[in-house]
Amino acid sequence: MTHDPVCGMEVKSPSEYYKELDGKKYEFCSENCRNKFALEPNKYIEQMEKSEPSYRTTSYGIEKLSLPVNGLHCASCVNTVEKEIKKLPGLKAVHVNYATETAHIEFKSGETTTEEIIGAIKKAGYQTGQSTLKIGIQGMHCGSCVTKIEKELKQKRGVISASVDLGTESAIVNYIPGFIDTKVIKNVIEKLGYKAFDTSGIKAEEHHKMGEEKVKEDLVDENQLAREKEYKTLMHKFIFAALLALPVIFFSYPTVWGLPEQFQMGSPILRYIWMAMGILALPVMFCSGSQFYTGAIAAFKNRSANMHTLIATGISAAWIYSMIATYFPKIFPVAELADQFFDVIFVVVALVVLGMALEIRAKGKSSEAIKKLIGLQAKTARVLRNGDEIDLPVEEVVLDDIIIVRPGEKIPVDGILVDGSSSIDESMISGESIPVEKHESDEVIGATINKTGSFKFKATKVGKDTALAQIIQMVEQAQSSKAPIQKIVDKVSGYFVPAVIITAILSFVIWYVFGPVPQLIYALIVFVTVLVIACPCALGLATPISLMVGVGKGAENGILIRSGEALETAQKLNTIILDKTGTITEGKPSLTDVITANGFSENDVLGLSASVEKSSEHPLAEAIVNGAKNKSLELFDAQNFNAVPGHGVEANVNGRKIYLGNLKMMKKFSIDLGDLEEKSIKLADDGKTPMFITIDNKAAGIIAVADTIKPDSKEAIALLKKMGLEVVMITGDNTRTANAIGRQVGINRVLAEVLPEDKAFNVQKLQNEGKIVAMVGDGINDAPALAQADIGFAIGTGTDVAIEASDITLIKGSLKGVVLAIQLSKATMKNIKENLFGAFFYNGLGLPIAAGLLYPFVGILLSPIIAGAAMAFSSVTVVTNANRLRRFKAKL
Amino acid sequence: MTPDQILVIIGGLALSIWVAWYFWFSEKKALKIQAAEGGIQEVIIKVKGGYTPDVLIFESGKPIKLNFIREETAVCTEQVLFPDFQKQATLTPFKTIPVELKIDKPGEYGFQCGMGMVKGKLIIE
Repeated sequence: MTHDPVCGMEVKSPSEYYKELDGKKYEFCSENCRNKFALEPNKYIEQMEKSEPSYRTTSYGIEKLSLPVNGLHCASCVNTVEKEIKKLPGLKAVHVNYATETAHIEFKSGETTTEEIIGAIKKAGYQTGQSTLKIGIQGMHCGSCVTKIEKELKQKRGVISASVDLGTESAIVNYIPGFIDTKVIKNVIEKLGYKAFDTSGIKAEEHHKMGEEKVKEDLVDENQLAREKEYKTLMHKFIFAALLALPVIFFSYPTVWGLPEQFQMGSPILRYIWMAMGILALPVMFCSGSQFYTGAIAAFKNRSANMHTLIATGISAAWIYSMIATYFPKIFPVAELADQFFDVIFVVVALVVLGMALEIRAKGKSSEAIKKLIGLQAKTARVLRNGDEIDLPVEEVVLDDIIIVRPGEKIPVDGILVDGSSSIDESMISGESIPVEKHESDEVIGATINKTGSFKFKATKVGKDTALAQIIQMVEQAQSSKAPIQKIVDKVSGYFVPAVIITAILSFVIWYVFGPVPQLIYALIVFVTVLVIACPCALGLATPISLMVGVGKGAENGILIRSGEALETAQKLNTIILDKTGTITEGKPSLTDVITANGFSENDVLGLSASVEKSSEHPLAEAIVNGAKNKSLELFDAQNFNAVPGHGVEANVNGRKIYLGNLKMMKKFSIDLGDLEEKSIKLADDGKTPMFITIDNKAAGIIAVADTIKPDSKEAIALLKKMGLEVVMITGDNTRTANAIGRQVGINRVLAEVLPEDKAFNVQKLQNEGKIVAMVGDGINDAPALAQADIGFAIGTGTDVAIEASDITLIKGSLKGVVLAIQLSKATMKNIKENLFGAFFYNGLGLPIAAGLLYPFVGILLSPIIAGAAMAFSSVTVVTNANRLRRFKAKL
Repeated sequence: MTPDQILVIIGGLALSIWVAWYFWFSEKKALKIQAAEGGIQEVIIKVKGGYTPDVLIFESGKPIKLNFIREETAVCTEQVLFPDFQKQATLTPFKTIPVELKIDKPGEYGFQCGMGMVKGKLIIE
């Protein structure tokens, strides 16, 4: 078995397609691959060196090893790891690649082991990428079986550790995927005479022993479960408190309900009922409201205070006072003071707990976008190994694996199509709803769905390098970043809770000293109301929850926003610079016009030009050849092909002499062009590149090619202008072509003939005009300009989504993404501001009213029960408002 | 003014001052984390109403591993965010969730729950 150096497929040796070179035999899967190899053997040999399996032993006993290293945060970490590995004996070469997070090591297999290298990496403070497998084993009867299996497994290459447990009849094997897979591990066990079986149904607590990626996926579900459980617990707590609250309210206001004489204030029966209520309040406080106390105590120990502190203090104060009033009414000088507030405890606990439960529900919806993304990941892949099709968990797919995808299946990882073709639905990644046609050597993206044909592709990105994994990571990062607007909130929230406590204390004092009779009762009501009404959660939630929904919404539409700051800046933009090639246009020239003269037919002109250009490597030539192919014209082989630099090409086709080139070329051969020259100027004015063709020294026509404008560029630019943005085009092209394109798409300000390295400078010039500038470009050539701009939009190219220099990545190539991103950022910021206004307004208004500020003027004093209700629903309102963003639709 | 009123005024003011001191001005105890053999600075942080310990001192340039164990089901602390590093982790209740960092620049970096109600601080020396 050997590898085809061109497509990487496994080929049965000896293959009927082979080629010998420098005494070495290369074998291929097909004639096609052999021909490709013959053209550029060095390229493929080099490639093969790089993409050989991740381990191999050479004839000198030197082992080559590639190990994934996790957690490299900086280039300097690389040195730490390399240094530590180099300490080992028998090391030939060590190279740690920061970008790919891989350590490439060559070592003498006799002197050092893989385990020692992994140990060295760990010693440097990093983890190697490894998977853990838990496998059930049947038929073990004694301790010696355990050692036997362990020993056998540990001898296998790629197994880092194996521990077999007789009690649970299972083994936990740490291994490096790519070296060994689950199937081989199972085989090892079965060869020893035991039965190995999958334990996919293992319990949740064992999941953390599984591979890293897997853990992530499972954790999401687990967190979901934990949230569901918490919701249910809170609902039970609410129902318990609410049910008990009913009789308590009934007996707390005997006059309101018009109860009979014996239940009225001052009667012994009512006092006994109140005493019972005081006892009944305990389970409500410590079961239904347990989180208030545990939260408050834990925070107190950390010298911090939160919502729990407020609620716990409030209800405790109410309970202590009420208990004294009920059990020892005589210690109060006036009978009126012996009132109780047990109802406040029941109702506040019930309402706040209900609010918390509803908040969990609403928050679950807010994070739906990321859950959807994580759910997109394929679970298994059908991989071709040693000529067999095997189904593997997607975590075990390694680079250069050949993967087979059938119609209707999910593509498991990113790669390059090597055999077959199909149309693929990429809407889940790019937001583009029309399926994309893919042929050989096209990129395919993991998690997209194969619609029509079967094909094979070579994995080029696996694990956390796939586009989907990068998207998830970017969205998570953005959701955990802070929008600048949050800074005010952070300042306030640090002081908020203690400030509320102080307000409550001072209100108590003021009411006690200056308030109406009975002062103590009023003071206490005010104290409890102030504590209960304050809602730090609404304040804290306002920004992050909207950011989460907004960023998630972007990802759903193929727009990746890097951070909260990017989102906030995007809505302030007033100038937008568009790169021409690849942004406004397709970036690929194509045939636009064929003009004939002197009685030649269009098919002659195009067919003969294409036949000549078939041998040329010029990018414009490809456009002409493709144009002819699209019209199904027959192409002939050209003889005596000759390229005249700066002029054009000449050749003989079917015995006819053809010149194809620019005006200079025509002048050189003194061709009479007639009115063709005039026509060519007009074409050039439209931004096209015209080429003259002569057949047997007679002018035959003009072929024009141009970089075509993307179908929706014009519309998108119009929308940007409508949004009040100044649109500028920047390009390295000559002024005439640039202006022509500018006119076609409706851009007046064109910066032409700008060298790539000067683009950033031009961005800066506009910024110096006091403008907030966005740059839209391809992320590779335009990286410095993207970084210089206030917001860099990178137009995505296939699977490279995490473009470093960009603030916002548009996965779909359309400029409409820019419009959408700006509209989304505006909508999100509006939402955040609404939330912040709501939260500040609520607290700013609620606190003084609760403190009784209105009482001296209009005689209004808030009941603690109303305060509890207001508090409970203020944070739910914030989350619900943020969820409105989920319905965001761009105005396109 | 009656004696009880004077008592309430003095008591109230004293309590207010104490609250301000306790929550705002009192010095928080910082825990210095020693690097283990191999250079990792590792610590277990209990998450329950707050982070314990919540102020941690590390050495710059060496890998840091914070093992969070969320010992509560309240959803407030479900997320832990490191805004300076754009890092976040979802803390599954009663499970050790590691967060790895490496900070080269000395200074103070905060971490917090999703809403910013519960906070902690990393001091890099």
